[in-house]
Amino acid sequence: MTQDNTTKIKKLDGKVPAGPVQDRWKTHKFNMKLVNPANKRKYSVIVVGTGLAGASAAASMAELGYNVTTFCIQDSPRRAHSIAAQGGINAAKNYPNDGDSVYRLFYDTVKGGDYRARESNVYRLAEVANNIIDQCVAQGVPFAREYGGTLSNRSFGGAQVSRTFYARGQTGQQLLLGAYSAMMKEVNNGKIKSYTRREMVELVIVEGKARGVIVRNVVTGEFEKYTADAVILATGGYGNVYFLSTNAKASNGSAAFRAYKKGAYFANPCYTQIHPTCIPVSGDHQSKLTLMSESLRNDGRVWVPKMKGDKRSPDLIPENERDYYLERIYPSFGNLVPRDVASRNAKLQCDAGHGVSATGKAVYLDFADAIKRKGEDKIRAEYGNLFEMYQRITDQNPYKVPMMIYPAIHYTMGGLWVDYNLMSNIPGLFVLGEANFSDHGANRLGASALMQGLADGYYVIPYTIGNYFASEKFGKVETTHPEFEKAFSDSKSKYEKLLAINGTKTVDEFHRALGLIMWENVGMGRNEAGLKKAIAEIQALRADFWKNVKVSGSNVDINTELEKAGRVADFLELGELMALDALERKESCGGHFREESQTPENEAMRDDANFCHVAAWEYLGDGVVPTRHIEELTFETVKLTQRSYK
Amino acid sequence: MGGNSTEKMSLKLKVWRQKNAKDKGAMVDYDLDGVSPDMSFLEMMDTLNTKLVKEKGDCIAFDHDCREGICGMCSMMINGQAHGPEAETTTCQLHMRKFKSGDTIVVEPWRAKAFPVLKDLMVDRGALDDIMAAGGFVNVNTGNPQDANSILIGQENAELAMDAAACIGCGACVASCKNASAMLFVSAKISQLALLPQGEVESEARTQAMVAKMDELGFGNCTNEAECEAQCPKGIKIENIARMNREWVKGAFAARK
Repeated sequence: MTQDNTTKIKKLDGKVPAGPVQDRWKTHKFNMKLVNPANKRKYSVIVVGTGLAGASAAASMAELGYNVTTFCIQDSPRRAHSIAAQGGINAAKNYPNDGDSVYRLFYDTVKGGDYRARESNVYRLAEVANNIIDQCVAQGVPFAREYGGTLSNRSFGGAQVSRTFYARGQTGQQLLLGAYSAMMKEVNNGKIKSYTRREMVELVIVEGKARGVIVRNVVTGEFEKYTADAVILATGGYGNVYFLSTNAKASNGSAAFRAYKKGAYFANPCYTQIHPTCIPVSGDHQSKLTLMSESLRNDGRVWVPKMKGDKRSPDLIPENERDYYLERIYPSFGNLVPRDVASRNAKLQCDAGHGVSATGKAVYLDFADAIKRKGEDKIRAEYGNLFEMYQRITDQNPYKVPMMIYPAIHYTMGGLWVDYNLMSNIPGLFVLGEANFSDHGANRLGASALMQGLADGYYVIPYTIGNYFASEKFGKVETTHPEFEKAFSDSKSKYEKLLAINGTKTVDEFHRALGLIMWENVGMGRNEAGLKKAIAEIQALRADFWKNVKVSGSNVDINTELEKAGRVADFLELGELMALDALERKESCGGHFREESQTPENEAMRDDANFCHVAAWEYLGDGVVPTRHIEELTFETVKLTQRSYK
Repeated sequence: MGGNSTEKMSLKLKVWRQKNAKDKGAMVDYDLDGVSPDMSFLEMMDTLNTKLVKEKGDCIAFDHDCREGICGMCSMMINGQAHGPEAETTTCQLHMRKFKSGDTIVVEPWRAKAFPVLKDLMVDRGALDDIMAAGGFVNVNTGNPQDANSILIGQENAELAMDAAACIGCGACVASCKNASAMLFVSAKISQLALLPQGEVESEARTQAMVAKMDELGFGNCTNEAECEAQCPKGIKIENIARMNREWVKGAFAARK
């Protein structure tokens, strides 16, 4: 596909404040307008999604006095998929005295993202990260401690300092429960109304501003209308477009995608993160993939047999016949190279015939040396729950035999386009956490997702939303407004249409088929021919879906098949947008590896002359090629260089 | 992988079916062939649902989400045990290799007065959120608290607090208790916060408020059977209930109102 509407391409303005990068957020905070404490109760905010970003935003805004309404898809806000994050959260506290600083965290994150993030946002992220740790400790988050009672740190990929705070292998759980408890405190205070088992199906725009949502109550099947002065989407990423991913089953891209169809720009949809350490696929029945935390690469050594097709049991392969390829190729970072680099190298080894397991699609992650060095008890204390999980799933004991791992879809750096205030191009529609595109560029470093979700929710949105309210005028909007009526009936008819098809193939069958197309062509390696093929195949699959899907049950009461069908219908469009974005971005950067653009050593080769920008897609109607707008990225502080972890 | 098993199992399933909260509900029998021992229990249920959708235009509703044992969404009484026979394992992490071909497996929802059935195996656990809202937090607003290292916490208490904080709020403790008591769940949060200096200040009031809410919502009392501990997928200990009772007694004596 080619761009045929070049005349309409806009240069987007990220509204980044002027001045030295380290002063921008400070200056901006001072320049933003404030809402006086007594007036805050006159404003209402809808928050969709209650993971780290949504729960922290809801709690912080309610504390300030705004009236907050939250929606989540699960039966409790505490279940959002942030809960599954294992390894930790970064902050530049420099407690270990190993040379860390806000500037270094900023630098590592910009470099880790392969120079495709907005410098100003990343600096702010690094700047507020220390505050997040303080806040979480004050809430009672039980981070790991040293004997003297101080906080403990570990290292993560893409960094040469130890700056990751953790709570065993359950850091996401503990941080989410902290944010959830802050949220429940405000439920108790009457400042948050929390609705569970609700799925957002439409964004409602009135006079150019986001003023509400239509949600589907998945228990009754009814569609409900809610109004507010601003809408926040904190609905996570769209990794489940691949069917098999480390995401939770209910994680979906629908809220963001339906906002896109109402005019919000979708930025860098092709930036997906493929996590190097996941449990390999075991069969066709598989419903999801399970991540093994990156923290394991602190102690585990990645290797494959030097001999191709070596089927010997790993304990029979002597040391000199093993290739510890990450340590060999990247001596300075070794096993702790960033995720995109580790994943790509695992694929290269397996493609070259060195893969292990029955499928040849796995590499070893070996703890034998660490157990010898530190003792099994120490390893158990650090990673016990991860080892147990591995054993439950694979029936193998990783204390005795090396783990087998393979990359899997884990995170999406792309998302709705937002400016420095985290507001989309639709006034009053804010997007936080993984749902936006802003901070990770083309690759996210480990332990940075938790940092970003909480930074957005605790320390950015409480300021920027006040500025929005104080700068605009708001008339009262009722749910009887024609825009609400229209969105309501559109939602209803979409779900009725799905039920009426009554074809022969299940929703999951379509989802799996889409996942295969995406994994083969829009996965770890991408090229022009494959991407064009993917677009054609997705279009055909989508047409088949609307003719042949079988959605059982009715539109009243709980219908889990209908919920899935609504999400897969969106994935079938989003997948095409991802492939189109990947096709148009002819360079490699971070997780987006275009095979046509690589260095002689198979590293991702950027094309800064032509692609040092954000691509933000505007929906123009079904069957019409969307417009690719551009936000130029300028690097005033960090010099653009070819990333090297050697 | 230990996986990649080629043998397939055949199972007889007895599953609770209930159209909605008002329906009476009944056990329904299903036969399922072609089950791989490498499947998780939920993947086995997915396989059954695919068959039901195709053959009968019907499917069994059950709660699930992360499928890696941490979100607390999945439930199911499997052969009378919360989350099935495997110790410290959620339903999503229970694998079919723990069963034998030819087995009859009985699958029911959590049963408790405070957890009304919504449909089939799905129940409403909103009462657990209500208890949390009554006091399961430290009263601190977002802002600029003191430096994290200015609060020193000995490793032992930090570990004990973490042990308690590992609760996933699935409700297995309630479902496995003959009194449908939520004491293990409530005491886990009370313990976590009582063990840490941040939460100690409000511990007495917190305990009173959470226990009162738990009673109000129709959860039963504890009679020390320890079924909750035996069936908890996260190994939460009943020592937490003892700690909660101490905190409660302290609060009752200290009450100024």
